[in-house]
Amino acid sequence: MNRLSSPQELEALRESIVRNRDTRRRCLTICGGTGCLALGAEELIAAFRSEVESRGLISGVDIRVTGCPGFCERGPLVVIEPENILYQRVRPKDVAEIVSETIVSGKIIDRLLYVDPNTGQKAVHESEVPFYKKQLRLLLADNSRIDPNNVNDYIALGGYSALVKAIFKMSPVEVLEEVRKANLRGRGGGGFATARKWQTTRDAEGEPKYVICNCDEGDPGAFMDRSLMEGNPHSAIEGMLIGAYAIGSNEGFIYVRNEYPLAVLHAETAIRQAEECGLLGDNILGSGFSCRISINRGGGAFVCGESTALMASLEGKVGEPRAKYIHTSEKGLWEKPTNLNNVETWANVPLIINKGADWYRQIGTENSKGTKIFSLVGKVNNTGLVEVPMGMTLREIVTDIGGGVPKGKKLKAVQTGGPSGGCIPESMLDIPVDFDELDKVGSMMGSGGMIVMDETNCMVDIARYFISFLEGESCGKCVPCREGLKRMREILTGITEGRGEEEDIERLERLSETLMDSALCGLGQTAPNPVLTSIRYFRDEYQAHIRDKRCPAGVCKALITYSISDKCPGCGLCIKTCPQGAITLVEKKKPVLLDQEKCIKCGACYDVCRLDSVIVK
Amino acid sequence: MTAGLEHVREAVGAILERYQHDRGSLVAILQDTQAELGYLAREALVEISTGLDVPMSRVYGVATFFRAFSLTPRGRHTVNVCLGTACHVRGAVRILETIERETGIKAGETSEDLRFSLETVNCVGACALGPIMIVDGKYSGEITVDKVKPLLSMYK
Repeated sequence: MNRLSSPQELEALRESIVRNRDTRRRCLTICGGTGCLALGAEELIAAFRSEVESRGLISGVDIRVTGCPGFCERGPLVVIEPENILYQRVRPKDVAEIVSETIVSGKIIDRLLYVDPNTGQKAVHESEVPFYKKQLRLLLADNSRIDPNNVNDYIALGGYSALVKAIFKMSPVEVLEEVRKANLRGRGGGGFATARKWQTTRDAEGEPKYVICNCDEGDPGAFMDRSLMEGNPHSAIEGMLIGAYAIGSNEGFIYVRNEYPLAVLHAETAIRQAEECGLLGDNILGSGFSCRISINRGGGAFVCGESTALMASLEGKVGEPRAKYIHTSEKGLWEKPTNLNNVETWANVPLIINKGADWYRQIGTENSKGTKIFSLVGKVNNTGLVEVPMGMTLREIVTDIGGGVPKGKKLKAVQTGGPSGGCIPESMLDIPVDFDELDKVGSMMGSGGMIVMDETNCMVDIARYFISFLEGESCGKCVPCREGLKRMREILTGITEGRGEEEDIERLERLSETLMDSALCGLGQTAPNPVLTSIRYFRDEYQAHIRDKRCPAGVCKALITYSISDKCPGCGLCIKTCPQGAITLVEKKKPVLLDQEKCIKCGACYDVCRLDSVIVK
Repeated sequence: MTAGLEHVREAVGAILERYQHDRGSLVAILQDTQAELGYLAREALVEISTGLDVPMSRVYGVATFFRAFSLTPRGRHTVNVCLGTACHVRGAVRILETIERETGIKAGETSEDLRFSLETVNCVGACALGPIMIVDGKYSGEITVDKVKPLLSMYK
């Protein structure tokens, strides 16, 4: 890779890449994101490579391994260009047929196409799939077009042109003004006005100034940042460079959580390649502006997603937060002015610079501009990443894009904002996705995790789950969080085990107030949200557990029993699976017998039964 | 897998060199040390403390703060169960309980015969496949209670 020393050289490179790419050429695009890898994409990629080679097609067919396009439910995903044919749930055994039928003969293999479960309609092209159609994939679309290990792909799509515009045609103040006009708000959870943070850092006294990209993404169930960093790391790097220029910083850090090894790898490759090209490092493209970026890994601590804890960890200390009456923009990393933004926030910056704030403001609502990527997970048909303009309703996202709840179960609630957010009941799902609207109902946008729950999820159990999670992740520094979460967990566990008392709800509410008022950092301050929203909207479930010692959703082990239905034909599959030997055969073709004394309610029989004959109540 | 002192000194020495004895890189140094030696033996922590001129209490504090680090020898096979929200609503807890029953150890422990180490993780970002079990880095998705025993028996 030749080092580029001027914007003209970058343009020339871009033109030559595009010119040398024949868009009529067959290209097999295979998703190599973590989700598809978990479904066997590695074997699939190897199978395609070997098949294409053994058929002597290498000179005519490209194979591009890309990042995650977001349709995880249907992985492994393969898109064949130039026709844009989408094959889903592809297995190595399909490879030979795909190569001979589609690649060589141009025929479509019906059984690998996506079929809409609600209409029965088949989608041949990626663009026809309802899951994608209703999204506005400003950030995610490029994931299907880029091999993250090849900077040329990013350059071919216009990558680093925003950086050129910023550092050669705009002053730092002008860049900042553009981001301010666009009203970009932080995508990590806080929703804070990005330009205001940049301004504070820029105005603060102290050198050097730092920029940080927060890829710690600790919210369980959220993987937007993973996909951006795995699939298109240059978008964050370019954003950071533009931000660094506006702020007056020459050094940046990308903090990636330990549990994302692929994201770390791709970010390292991207940095190395950008440096080789002269797009990062000293005297970028001959502009006189220099900026270095390095990667740091987290150690497996949710609290390190909090900005002051993250910075402590970067300094080699324990990830404990500190009070923020002095903002990190003024005194952050090594006591120097530091601007920290989330991956998705940084990725929005090149868009804003290239297309302008006026264009950006047309998308979204009055106070929430642009798009937001959500990870739509849980009890939903189309699990995956969804990028929509702010303002779309929760119901549209879950039903139209998500395809609703599987197995005909009833939608019960949607949890947004991770452990800091709240559970929104089905009756309120027509609210638009917007920072302020979600705050109003007691939840928050958060990082973008969107967990769908159905009638078989117990809201008390969910509240207990979040509090246990936070108790484990609490750094322990302040009393309200350290002691308060422990007590809340004890009370909630008691309720789920049939030991709930009438005063428990009031106790939970009082503890919640204490935490919100006095905890040191966001972890403790927002921890009560899932509990308070579940009490607010699902009080009847709490009452059932406390007064009737009953779990309506059939989840809390101490309050449920497993039994065999009358329609059980005695096939005996559960007998072998039961680890306690609690099930016995009575007579052929008659229901089996479950011994309640021996039953430990592990759920093995329920999972293995194909005939719906195990009842959990 | 216990580490001989010479081996520890050499390994840690090389890692400290790589990071130029920078105190700020303590977390990364511990990560590389664990990757090299399998776990953070006491001798390794002492070497790091001396090499970086950081009090042992601080090194110990960081090593015990982050979930990624283990101060005891690990099993031949590491089993990770995702307990993220998406996996939780799909029944991950029952999977964990089943694994605990089959292996005889609880999360955070290593079996006496050093066959398995069991860990929980709070979301690996592959939520479409939940519930997920990862053994030695290999992901298995859509796990049900009955699939656990056959899967574990593949690892000796």
